[in-house]
Amino acid sequence: MDLTGQLLQLLFTGFTLGGIYALIALALVTTFNITGVLNMAQGEFLALGALLAASLCAAGASLPLAFVIAVATLALLGGLLERSAIHPARHAPGLILIIITIGLSISLRGLALLIWGTEPASLPAFSGGGPLFVMGAAVNPQSLWILGLVALAVAGLHAFFELTYAGKVFRACEINRTGARLVGINPAALSFLAFAGSGALGAAAGIFIAPVTLATYDMGFLLGVKGCVAAIIGGLNSVGGAVLGGLLLGILEAFGAGLVSSGLKDALSLLVLLGVLLGRPEGLIGAVAGRKV
Amino acid sequence: MLEIIGLQVNHGWVRALRDLSLHIHKGEMVAVIGANGAGKSTLLGALAGLYKPAGGRILLNGRSVTGKPAEYMVRQGISLVPERREIFNSLTVLDNLLLGAYHHYRALKDAVREDVKRVLELFPALRGRERDPAGTLSGGLQQMLAIGRGLMARPSLLLLDEPSSGLAPLVVREIMAALADLKQTGMTIVLVEQNTAAALKVTDRALVMERGRIVLSGCSDEMISNARVQQAYLGRVRAARPAAVL
Ligand SMILES: Nc1ncnc2c1ncn2[C@@H]1O[C@H](COP(=O)(O)OP(=O)(O)OP(=O)(O)O)[C@@H](O)[C@H]1O
Ligand SMILES: [Mg+2]
Repeated sequence: MDLTGQLLQLLFTGFTLGGIYALIALALVTTFNITGVLNMAQGEFLALGALLAASLCAAGASLPLAFVIAVATLALLGGLLERSAIHPARHAPGLILIIITIGLSISLRGLALLIWGTEPASLPAFSGGGPLFVMGAAVNPQSLWILGLVALAVAGLHAFFELTYAGKVFRACEINRTGARLVGINPAALSFLAFAGSGALGAAAGIFIAPVTLATYDMGFLLGVKGCVAAIIGGLNSVGGAVLGGLLLGILEAFGAGLVSSGLKDALSLLVLLGVLLGRPEGLIGAVAGRKV
Repeated sequence: MLEIIGLQVNHGWVRALRDLSLHIHKGEMVAVIGANGAGKSTLLGALAGLYKPAGGRILLNGRSVTGKPAEYMVRQGISLVPERREIFNSLTVLDNLLLGAYHHYRALKDAVREDVKRVLELFPALRGRERDPAGTLSGGLQQMLAIGRGLMARPSLLLLDEPSSGLAPLVVREIMAALADLKQTGMTIVLVEQNTAAALKVTDRALVMERGRIVLSGCSDEMISNARVQQAYLGRVRAARPAAVL
C-alpha cells in the first residue's frame, strides 16, 4: 500500500472510532443540557445494550428483534436509574451528581460481569461481504453503518429540538428553568426522559459497534471517558460540537496510533482533555458547575 | 377567590414574609407597593409555587394549594409574569407564546392559535416579530412577550412583578393600558410596582408591604391622597419620573 493509501486507511479508521465517540458524546451533551448531569455511565449503556443483543441473538432472535428489545430495555433502565439515583439527589451540587453517575457506571459494570462474565460476545456484521476498497484503503462496511447511525442521530435530534413542540419544551427548560416551570413544565419529568433517551441511544450505539469491537462487560469504561473528552472538546453545549469533537478525537487517535505508536492511542485522548482543560478551564468549569437538575 | 392566611416564607435565614394575610376577590385588580426588599416578589413567587411556604395557608377558590409546585399552580389558573421576565431568549416570539400554553397545548390546539392572535391584538408592537428570537427584542417588547406568555396559560389570576421596570414612560403607558384592558375582561390581577403612581391609576385596591407584612391597604384612589403613601412612595416617584406617567 502506498503512503496515500496508508493515510487514507488511518483516516477511515479514525472516522470509525470518531463515529463511536460521537455517538456517546451526543448522548452526553443532550442529557447534560437538559439535566445538568454529565452522565459517566453512558459507556455502560453501550456495553449492556451490545451484550444483551448478543445474548438475544445467540438465543435465536433475529438481529432487528434483538436490537428493538435491547434498545427498549436500556431506555427503561436509563429512566429507572434516573428515578432511583439522580432524581433523589437533584438538588445536590453538580459534582455530587457526576460522582453518582460514576457510581452507577461501576455498579453497572459489576452487574454486566455477573451476568455475562469476561468472555467477549460478538454480533454479526449488519451487511455481509468483505471490505470495500477506496484507493487501496479498506473500509469496513460496518463503519459505514456506524457513521450512518451518527448521521441519523444528529438529524433526529436536530429535527426533534428544532421542529417539534416537545423538542422546544426541552429547549425551554434548558434555556430558562424558572420560565419553564412557570408555564407548567416539570423539569424532573424531562430529566427522566433524557436518561431514557440516553439509554436507548447508548444501546443502539453499542449494537452498531459490537461487530467491530466485540462486546465485553468492561467496554463501556474507556468509551465513556473518550465520549466525555469528545463532548468537552465540542464545548458541551451543542450537538454539532459533540460530533466534531468525536470525529476529531477518533482521527487524532488513529493517526497517533498509526504514525507514532499504538501505545499512544488511549493516552492521546487524555492528553487532549488536559490540553482543553488547561486551554479554556473557565469555559468548562463554568459549564459543569453552572447548571443543576 | 384567593385567600392567604398567615403566610410565612423564608429565604435561608431571611424571613421574607411574616404572617401575611390577604384576601383577593374575583375580578379585582390589586396593586402591591413597597420598598426594595419588602417581600413583594416573594409573595408573588409563593403564590406561583416558586417558593415553599414555611407556614400559613393559600386557598384558591376555597381549596388549599399551599406548598404546591409551580407546574401545579399554573394548571390551577395562577400565572406569574416574573420580575426578570424569564423568557426563552433563543426561541422565537411565537414559540415563547406557544410554550406559555404548555399545560393545555394538546387539548386546545385551535384555541391556542386564537390566543396567540389575541395576544398580538393586545400588544400590536409584537406583530411582525413572531419569527424573531425573543432575546433580540427590546426591553419593552420582551416585557410584552412575558405578559403575553403568561396570558397564554389562560389564567384566572394573573400576577405581574414590576412590568414597568426599566422601561420608557411611553412603553409603560402602553403596558398599563393593556393591563386595564385585561381587567375589563374580568381577569383577577395582582400588580407589584415600583412605579406607584402608574399602579394606583389602573388598580382598584392597593396594599403597602413593609418587611414581609402588609402595613396599609385601601382603595387605590384614596391611596393617591394618603399622606403616608405620598411621602414614602409617590414623592419619590414624582421626583424621579415626569408627570407624563400620571
Ligand atoms: N433567592 C433569595 N435568596 C435569599 N434571599 C432572598 C432571595 N430572594 C429574596 N431574598 C430576600 O428576601 C427579602 C424579600 O425580597 P423580595 O425580592 O421579595 O423583595 P421585593 O419587595 O420584591 O424587592 P424589590 O423591590 O427589590 O424587587 C429581601 O430581604 C431579599 O434580600
Ligand atoms: Mg421584587
